[in-house]
Amino acid sequence: MTLKRTLTATVLAGAMAAFAAAPAFAEGLYIPLLTYRTGPFANSGIPIANGMNDYLQMLNERDGGIGGVKIVIEECETGYDTQKGVECYEAVKGKKPLFMNPWSTGITLAVIPKANVDHIPVLSMAYGLSAAAEGETFPWVFNPPMTYWDGASAVIKYIGEQEGGLDNLKGKKIGYLFLDAGYGREPIPLLQDLATKYGFELLQYPVPAQEMQNQSSQWLNVRRDKPDYMVMWGWGAMNPTAVKEAAKIRYPMDKFIGVWWAGGEDDARPAGAGAVGYKTLNFNGVGPNYPALQDIKTHVVDKGMSKVDAAKFGENLYNRGVYNSVLMAEAIRNAQTLAGKPDVTAEDVRKGMETLEISAERLKEIGLDGFMTPLKLSCTDHSGHHDVYVQQWDGTTWKPVSDWFAPMTDVVEPLLKASAADYVSKNQPWPARAEPCS
Amino acid sequence: MDVLWAVLVQPFVDMVSAPDFLLQVLWDGFVGGVLYALIALGFVLIFKASGIFNFAQGIMVVFAALTLVGLYALGMPAWVALGLTLVVMFVLAVAVERLVLRPLVNQPDIILFMATIGLTYFLIGLGEFVFGGEPKVMITEALGLPTGMREWEVFGGVVFFQEIDIAAAAIAIVMVVGIGVFFHYTRIGRALRAVADDHQAALSVGISLEQIWVIVWFTAGVVALATGIMWGARSDVSFALQIIALKALPVLILGGFTSIPGAIVGGLIIGIGEKLGEIYWGPLIGGGIESWLAYVIALVFLLFRPQGLFGERIIERV
Repeated sequence: MTLKRTLTATVLAGAMAAFAAAPAFAEGLYIPLLTYRTGPFANSGIPIANGMNDYLQMLNERDGGIGGVKIVIEECETGYDTQKGVECYEAVKGKKPLFMNPWSTGITLAVIPKANVDHIPVLSMAYGLSAAAEGETFPWVFNPPMTYWDGASAVIKYIGEQEGGLDNLKGKKIGYLFLDAGYGREPIPLLQDLATKYGFELLQYPVPAQEMQNQSSQWLNVRRDKPDYMVMWGWGAMNPTAVKEAAKIRYPMDKFIGVWWAGGEDDARPAGAGAVGYKTLNFNGVGPNYPALQDIKTHVVDKGMSKVDAAKFGENLYNRGVYNSVLMAEAIRNAQTLAGKPDVTAEDVRKGMETLEISAERLKEIGLDGFMTPLKLSCTDHSGHHDVYVQQWDGTTWKPVSDWFAPMTDVVEPLLKASAADYVSKNQPWPARAEPCS
Repeated sequence: MDVLWAVLVQPFVDMVSAPDFLLQVLWDGFVGGVLYALIALGFVLIFKASGIFNFAQGIMVVFAALTLVGLYALGMPAWVALGLTLVVMFVLAVAVERLVLRPLVNQPDIILFMATIGLTYFLIGLGEFVFGGEPKVMITEALGLPTGMREWEVFGGVVFFQEIDIAAAAIAIVMVVGIGVFFHYTRIGRALRAVADDHQAALSVGISLEQIWVIVWFTAGVVALATGIMWGARSDVSFALQIIALKALPVLILGGFTSIPGAIVGGLIIGIGEKLGEIYWGPLIGGGIESWLAYVIALVFLLFRPQGLFGERIIERV
């Protein structure tokens, strides 16, 4: 009994000592990554998590971090579950994170009000709340290089070009297949607006999360309705199933266009030859042939520090994860310059994001020439509404089939302002920005 | 009046005006129903033998399919991988009996149910640890399963039949008949039914509860493997497949938890019913009704047969 008590006391004392010895916050530039390597959305989450991790890890290995300060990376598994995501947020917020990467529109919507109070920059790269592009209203949220509404407008613009002009959309049917969650529902108001403006009929096909791999009803409806084009806002296991189902009903694949999140190689590959012709939007380069990617290979992958499967290195969603980390790294670098110190705070990083400019020269310097379009954010514009391009699956890889083109910013921006005002009115009292943009 | 027309008349007008499409809907519903029935069958087998609602049936589908694909990826011929997967499912059945069920004999059913929840999370973790979270492509062609498509020109239109769906229906029917025959006409089958009726009485006549449990869990594992192959071929093999198991719940409510024919008939009613509902009545309320319509269909049946279509009526006299 005495021995048992002694052992218990020793273990408890050791645990308490270890807890007391742990730093109150992480030493270095602390960047938590809310990822999902497990669950129904892991097929999309894994490559992104690998890409994000590997670029930051490469900066640590090659450059000793950013501005001489090591990056401390910590993953928190959310399983793409909003509740778990919020738990992750709460678990890491005390460690003075420089960014919060929710990687889910649902989680983003849940943490936006919290981040506003906790003063943590939320980077929801091309996902989340579209209205968060309004920096005057959402000083702590960033969604570069474009919002979902930009994406929806870009798809319609592209379809218009295929038809010889937006005016020719009158009387056409455009189907919208979407994950029936915050993510998939986000662009609907914009699409409805464009449907009214250009006279096309918008047919909606929601896919409940529990039916992601059981979409035959949705595609039977598509077969009956015969939409001229299909637009997809899918994620996780929904994407490969949709591509297979489209092939099954012989839907013309070159008229089936996914958002940039439906453009993973593993989204198209399982359908085999049936997927040839499937298109998606994209805003990053695909493949490993960029100097920065080669540095990742040399300093991280070849040293066995990455979780990426060698055959999947440089695939689309992996590169998307790299893009996310490039944004963070460049904003931190900018913040260090602005603050005149290497050890920056979240407030410094927010300012770094608001004045972020990644020029073509800078892209060349960091080994990403041609990987993305030059990017510029501002105090009022946290998205930038940058260009996209359309890629097409050729059976083995993605090939660009359009030039880079701008979304319909003139249509989207007024709606974003109205939506931001609506958000504020529904979330009173919404704190005003501490220092106005102008 | 317009609403009544839209609900009571228009759907039938649509059915008659495009009979080829109706046939397609019925076929897709039939195939979906057969696959639901396969999942439900796994639940029924274990419930009959032990009174446990096996929460782990969904993850067993994923685990079996991942094992098959994972072994094949190691370079084994498909049929060897299939055989080894069956061995793995047998080992799993023995492990479940030894480590989960045996220590919990005579505990309330709810404890056993909770244990299957624990087993679910264990298998998720083990599966992700061994195979990773990335989706895998089912080795349909390597297994000799057909992957083409057949067309039937009828009523001035065309009905598409995926060959894998035809194979799924055929395999499901063979499995159901085989399991039915096995449990009705063999010694082990009779022992199983004795255990299902009364554990104590079965024990008193020398039936080994442990042996029966291993056999039943192994059979459920075989059913899970077949389900995993078929669903995996339709989409891909990923952990999202475990959600499909939820589709078995309305089937079980409808067919009864203890009836193999109930699982089959229930699966077909749910499969065809939800497709007809989604296609012809769903658009009236914006679509996406399939996921809850199955439960509505099951509950409507329960109003008239509370024990399910084929469930045993429980009469307790006081």
